[in-house]
Amino acid sequence: MKSAVIVFPGSNRDRDTADALELVSGKRPAMVWHADTTLPAVDLVVVPGGFSYGDYLRCGAMASQSAIMKEVRAHAGKGGLVLGICNGFQVLTESHMLPGALMRNAGLKFVSRPVTLTVEETQLSFTRRYEKGQHVSFPAAHGEGNYYADEETLDRLEGEGRVVFRYAPGDNPNGSARDIAGVMSEKHNVMGLMPHPECVVDPLLGPPDGLAMFQGLVEALS
Amino acid sequence: MTKITPEIVREHGLSDAEYDRILSLMGREPSMVELGIFSVMWSEHCSYKSTRVHLKKLPTKAPWVIQGPGENAGVIDIGDGDAAIFKMESHNHPSFIEPYQGAATGVGGIMRDVFTMGARPIAMMNALRFGEVDHPKTRHLVSGVVSGIGGYGNCMGVPTVGGEVNFHKSYNGNILVNAMCVGLARTDKIFKSAAEGAGNPVVYIGSKTGRDGIHGATMASAEFDDASEEKRPTVQVGDPFTEKLLLEACLELMATDAIIAIQDMGAAGLTSSSAEMGDKGGSGIELDLDKVPQREVNMTAYEMMLSESQERMLAVLKPGREKQAEAIFKKWELDFAVIGITTNTKRLVVKHKGKVEADMPITALSDAAPIYERPYTERKPLVGEPSYEKNKNVLASLKTILASPDMASRRWVWEQYDHSVMADTVQVPGGDAAVVRVHGTPKALAITTDVTPRYCQADPLEGGKQAVAEAWRNLTAVGARPLAVTDNLNYGNPQKPEIMWQIVAGIDGIGAACRALDFPVIGGNCSLYNETNGEGIFPTPAIGGVGLMADVTKMASVAFKREGDVVIVIGETKGHLGQSIYLREIEGKEEGAAPLVDLGVEKKNGDFVRGLIEAGRVDTVHDVSDGGLLVAIAEMAMPRGIGANVGLAGLPDAIPFWFGEDQARYVIAAPFAQAEKIVAEARAATIPVAELGKTGGGAITLDDGSSVAVTALKQGFESWFPGYMSGEEIPVTN
Repeated sequence: MKSAVIVFPGSNRDRDTADALELVSGKRPAMVWHADTTLPAVDLVVVPGGFSYGDYLRCGAMASQSAIMKEVRAHAGKGGLVLGICNGFQVLTESHMLPGALMRNAGLKFVSRPVTLTVEETQLSFTRRYEKGQHVSFPAAHGEGNYYADEETLDRLEGEGRVVFRYAPGDNPNGSARDIAGVMSEKHNVMGLMPHPECVVDPLLGPPDGLAMFQGLVEALS
Repeated sequence: MTKITPEIVREHGLSDAEYDRILSLMGREPSMVELGIFSVMWSEHCSYKSTRVHLKKLPTKAPWVIQGPGENAGVIDIGDGDAAIFKMESHNHPSFIEPYQGAATGVGGIMRDVFTMGARPIAMMNALRFGEVDHPKTRHLVSGVVSGIGGYGNCMGVPTVGGEVNFHKSYNGNILVNAMCVGLARTDKIFKSAAEGAGNPVVYIGSKTGRDGIHGATMASAEFDDASEEKRPTVQVGDPFTEKLLLEACLELMATDAIIAIQDMGAAGLTSSSAEMGDKGGSGIELDLDKVPQREVNMTAYEMMLSESQERMLAVLKPGREKQAEAIFKKWELDFAVIGITTNTKRLVVKHKGKVEADMPITALSDAAPIYERPYTERKPLVGEPSYEKNKNVLASLKTILASPDMASRRWVWEQYDHSVMADTVQVPGGDAAVVRVHGTPKALAITTDVTPRYCQADPLEGGKQAVAEAWRNLTAVGARPLAVTDNLNYGNPQKPEIMWQIVAGIDGIGAACRALDFPVIGGNCSLYNETNGEGIFPTPAIGGVGLMADVTKMASVAFKREGDVVIVIGETKGHLGQSIYLREIEGKEEGAAPLVDLGVEKKNGDFVRGLIEAGRVDTVHDVSDGGLLVAIAEMAMPRGIGANVGLAGLPDAIPFWFGEDQARYVIAAPFAQAEKIVAEARAATIPVAELGKTGGGAITLDDGSSVAVTALKQGFESWFPGYMSGEEIPVTN
């Protein structure tokens, strides 16, 4: 599997993401600067967590206008895989590559704690190594993760099986509509989620629940 | 030129004697710019004029110390070519006036101190002290400070891994916000601030200069009064996004060999960075302020020299490397400007709009700065054993203590701090010490901050020792070898002899403990004048300790992990209730002697416990501190809901046994076969040891048959902080 991690000014989980990808695939991903105008030939593009452009204006809004995002859109348009984590998810909604928006947490505070998620869909490259209904624990670390979309969109997402992760009952940290933690695009090749699978791939730090996501991607792409 | 009047001198926080000294050093009346420069460089905050003679007594050396006090941060060798760089610093006054920005810029400032030395910051800690919980300002301050720390640290992508939060009325008008940063570098890539050599370009990097924070260092060197809120304009505004760019850009530049010296612009901004770099390098510096990137129009030389705008650095480059450096800063969209040159005159020369605004010998700002041996009045420490009611219910008291403001869970606080970023946080907040892996190695650093101000108030000397001993013990309890400390000395007005005594005794105590425990001080910060309307804070010398673990998989943590483990206490329990949490929370008294610290015993007991952890024989350890033995046991039971049956035959009096705060103690839990051996070995080594019982069940049960469910304890422990902050309850405190 060949992968790339996009680096915006203010990205801060770019290294964590690259480490997780390297651990599982054995290959260091290409680190692609936001101002670059070409993407290397890769199977997977990850838009990592952080505070791109300091979260100024709106989280992800300025990053969505970066030169490289045009290339990321083109990559997705050709069916290439794109994964957005946390701020990366915000960038993908701001880029209209995923529906909905991520608003300020309902509790108005930054939330940093492990959250339990239910894996809703396992037909994807991203989740093929999980079991449907499986509970996994990933750390959440965000101030704006409150997923919002209009009722019609939410119904459609659910109807089309595009809600990939939900917060387990009672463990929604941010007020997201229908407990949605992660969604995918219509063509099933772009996924965004708020919590951080890339930070739980080493048993030293607790149950390595994030490992299966990257292993699934390697399996699907090799 | 403005005539310098006595009023102007006073407004600059300088005494008449200090002004006379300026006149004789300059040989003429200073310009306003020069006076401003003197005022910040000679402020307590920058010059340490009241503490310098005493700080010299601290031990600062060990074979593993690469850089002691005097640089932006201290550096220790952690093997394999790796170095840990760390420091703690206060941002007390600004945080009281504007809690969010005060705390945020405190975090930003200490991070710059660490990355200016070439390190990537890997962990943040903070030691926070607020006024009593029913003071009308406390909630607002807690809320602002916590979000400020989170707002800055989270955006930087550096995990905030722990710290302390305490409440006491002595901080009602003067909160303490002490932030500590730990970074990693290679031992051969450490950057210093000595601007050696003449003719080298002086470059300005980072944010533009505005009018914010002018005279912040002088403000931090004066007492507060009711009008202090009017000083809000002297609080700086932080921009963590710019700092993140500055961090990455500096590390990128540091990977080249273009830098001769680099220093962050912290307190007193351009003034202190240029003066200190010139002083350390034995050179002179000439600045052209027309070249300084400015955020506002018509700024004067005085304003630019005294601005404390954040996220700025000053560097001296090798000649000809300007273009290479500029390209890096341009890539990161930061300002870069050559604003001066080093000279061989040993003078600081400031030019603006074709005029020389300042021309002064650099040594006048450093070596010739005043140093005071301020008089102090020795006060006898509090003594005596306070009375207490003997038939109070032990478990009911335990429950009360665990749900009290100083003892309840700090989850509400640390769940606002990103502690998972960088994917190296092995032990999250809530344990004895945080543990952060050295990326890509089996090694880890353990980090803690400690001080018990009520002990320091009762007995500044023993309190100073205890702060160091507790930091050492917390590092030991996770299995780390304690290596060095940074101290953040928070006291009142040093011009009062009784306060000066607290400072002198505190430093003596810290020095004694650091010597005995081979735990040198490699840097720190003094924050004096923590007084409002003449009321001083409790002496609060916060100690930040760092230790090294060779094999992180051996790490111990507080949680009981198995049913049937034997619960053992290492160290002697005499039942010292003076100045204890029990006495304060249950009896409503802040009385008696502080617990004595026997440093020899501390070392012996700690080395024994660490040996067990390093040998992989014990994975469950907790140091016994605030609240005593039973509180420690409850804290071990709550994480996983595993209870314990505990007691000791022939106890004369249960209350001092369970709640006394004798030092040098640890609770460990180990499987039976191992426990038997541990007890025998401790006895053979003449280390006091007692088996208290076994883990298991869902309750803490005492040998008199009384019992309390762990879930009930946890309920109170976890709910106090969120309840308080949501305003649902205002608990009555003593």
